[in-house]
This record gives sequence, C-alpha cells and structure tokens, in this order.
Amino acid sequence: MPLRSSVRLLVGTTKGLFLIDPSTALQGPLLPGTSVPSVAFDARHQRLFASTTNPFWGTAIVCSDDLGHTWSQPPTPNLQFPADTGAAIRQVWQIAPAGPAQPDLVYVGVEPAALFRSVDAGETFELMRGLWDHPHRPTWTPGQGGLGLHTILVDPRDALKIVVAISTGGVYRSDDGGETWRASNTGVRADFLPDKHPEYGQCVHKIARDAVHPDTLYLQNHWGLYRSDDGGSNWTDIANGVPSDFGFPIVAHPHKSGTAYIIPLVADAKRWTPDARCRVYRTTTGGGAWEPLTCGLPQRDAYITVLRDAFSADTLDPAGLYFGTRGGQLYASANDGDDWELLAEHLPPVLSVRAAILE
Amino acid sequence: MQVTVLVPAALRQYSDGRGRVSVALPPDHPLTVEAVFEQLHAAHPGVVERALDERGQVRPHVNVFVDGQSIRAGSALGLETPVASGAEVWILPAVSGG
Repeated sequence: MPLRSSVRLLVGTTKGLFLIDPSTALQGPLLPGTSVPSVAFDARHQRLFASTTNPFWGTAIVCSDDLGHTWSQPPTPNLQFPADTGAAIRQVWQIAPAGPAQPDLVYVGVEPAALFRSVDAGETFELMRGLWDHPHRPTWTPGQGGLGLHTILVDPRDALKIVVAISTGGVYRSDDGGETWRASNTGVRADFLPDKHPEYGQCVHKIARDAVHPDTLYLQNHWGLYRSDDGGSNWTDIANGVPSDFGFPIVAHPHKSGTAYIIPLVADAKRWTPDARCRVYRTTTGGGAWEPLTCGLPQRDAYITVLRDAFSADTLDPAGLYFGTRGGQLYASANDGDDWELLAEHLPPVLSVRAAILE
Repeated sequence: MQVTVLVPAALRQYSDGRGRVSVALPPDHPLTVEAVFEQLHAAHPGVVERALDERGQVRPHVNVFVDGQSIRAGSALGLETPVASGAEVWILPAVSGG
C-alpha cells in the first residue's frame, strides 16, 4: 500500500484538484474548471491550500479545513497587486506555510515574479515590497513557462531568513524577513546568456533544503545540478553520473542528510525521460553519486515529463515520495523511493503534488 | 437612471444567484460602463473583481457588451463606453479554453 493511513494526497491539475486517500480512492475534480498549479498542506492548522487559476475570472487562493469537502470562497480576490504597481496576478506558483514559530505566516510566490505574505493564516495576502522594489526585478525575463517566483524556502531556524527562486531571475536571499534581498547564484550556469555566470538571470527550476543541515541546498537548474553548503552563497556542480542534468523538480529527503531526488529529462528541447525510461535518481551523498530508482516505474516507451512542483516528499520515515506527470499518471513510493506504484492514470496534466499528513 | 447587468452563471454566487441585476446610477454620475461597474461592485462585491483585473482592465478572456455591442471591438471606448437609461450590460466569458 503506497499511501499510509495518515496520508492524503493533493494533486493539482490543469482541470482541477484531486484528493487521494489510502484506499487510493480518487476524489474530484474539486475546484473544477480551474487550473491548480500550487497546492500545500499547512500542518500547523491541518489546512489544505490550493491556488486556482480560472481562465476567465482570474486567480485566487482557497483553503479547506475539512479535507476538501468545502472550500473558502473569498468574495473579493484575496491576492492582488496594489494599484500603483500596474501589475496583475497571472498565476500562483507556490504556497509556503512558514514554520511553527509563526503559525499564521504564509508566503506565496506568483507570476509576474513577486512574493506575497499572509499574516492571518492565508485569509488575505499583501505584496512584499522589498523584492518587488529590487533594482534587478525589471530586468528579469520570463522563461517558457512565464516569469514566476516558484520556490520559497523558509529557514527552519529563523523564519526571517528566506530563499526564493525565480525563472528567470535565479536565487535570491533575504535575512530580514523580506525587507532586503541579494542575488545568490555564484557558480550557477546560464547557458542561454552570453555571460555564462552572471550575478543573476539564471533559469533556476527548483531548490530544496537538506533535512539535517539547513545551510545545505540542492538546485535543479535549466541545465545543471548544484549543491550549496553555505545557504546559497556558492554553488558546486553535482551532476555526477546522471543521464542529463536537465529537469524540473528536486526533492530533499525529509530526514536523511545528503539524500535528494531528481527526475532528469533529455534536454530543454526534448522534455521527456532519457531512453524513454522513467527513472527517479537518488543521491545519498549530497550529489557525489546518483543511482536510478526504477522498481515499479515504466522502463520502455515512457516519454514522461514531471513538472517542478509535481514531485514531493511527505514527512514520514521512511519517506513517502509522490510524482505526477503531464500525461496524467501518479506514482507513489512508501520506502524512500526503492519501490514505486501507479496510484492513478488518465488524470489531466499534473501540475502540483503534495502530501497532507493528518494528526 | 437604471441599467441592467446580465451576470454569467459562474459569477451568480456573488449576485445572490441572480442573472439580471438592476443598477441605478445617480444623476450626477458619468453614464459609462465603468460607472455601472462601480455601482455593481458596491451592491454585489465579487462580480466586478472577476470580470476586471486589479488594474481595472477587462480580463483577456472576458467580454463586455452594451446593448449587444462589444466595448472593445473596433473603435469602442472600453470601460468608457456610454450607457443609456434602460441599457443592458452583458458580462460573458469568451470562447476559449482547452
């Protein structure tokens, strides 16, 4: 059984949200007619979050306190740029509840690239001006998927220390709760620019934080795999023995230091799994070496793409790992990735996957 | 002056379930779609915020018609399009999707 009894899986797709319980019964589509690019579980309040992008009526963040049976319906959109910015929300890319020390703090990353904050547990959100007013921001450029702030990592030791990633802007850090920011991309390539190592402008696809050493971060770049041991100040190439260093997600193990997972793709112009084999790669040595995990995953005719937020881990031990594909398959492992099982197929394209661990 | 706003089904949760909403414009108000939307917002918050983005622009896949004429077709004046007493203002989702 790939889902343990305390797990509920949130699966955001282009056509709505699906929930899966340990019986692998599929509930949904919830929030139908909307794309759900970001989902989150706030363990502090046992609350589900989803961002909804309606092709006609815009974007909102909704929440559920009863496992998806009912959802908030804010009459006025709860996430908007202030009028003086001249900007309008296109999509939410990330919903990130902060740590237990600030139980009502929730960060949100959006497109066009900006960071918002809620101090009322996700009811309302305000633009964080520090990053919006950064002199680099007007020169950030969109990648194929848009100009999104897609990753937010809050330091477990200090909620004022935040790391974010932007496509295409790169990694930025704040040590003062978002008042001031600095680019943090030293060592990360930008193959698509004349200067291959600019201060900023890299197309960082995802970053993840080591479970034990918070200053260790892992980065999946638009070409390139990296690790930082100093909180993001410097990055070292760790693409050792992978079939490709192109891909979107990177996931850190919830308990084991040095352990992280990727799902490589052939190339930016060939966005499918190498050799038409679906392989998750795991390192247990901080990127010193990577091993393919294949048990239960299709090993022929598998032209699979997994997007950056469609792969995640739960907080159990051994870890549960979950990923959804653009082709609508959903796979799960309950033993650190050693074995995998198909949970669902024929879903709409999967954009986001997160596990809720119920108390 | 009274005009009628026709609310699409998807937004009627914000208009007390009504598909036709009567909006009164005070005598000293400009007689435009924008003014109609201001009054609609005051009476039924939630409809206008979904038809327009936070810049006050009609969302890309939403169409607004005044007595059958699109407010952004050809040389139309957008939200400055005038409305006459008794006019019908339609908010409609565009033909799009996938």
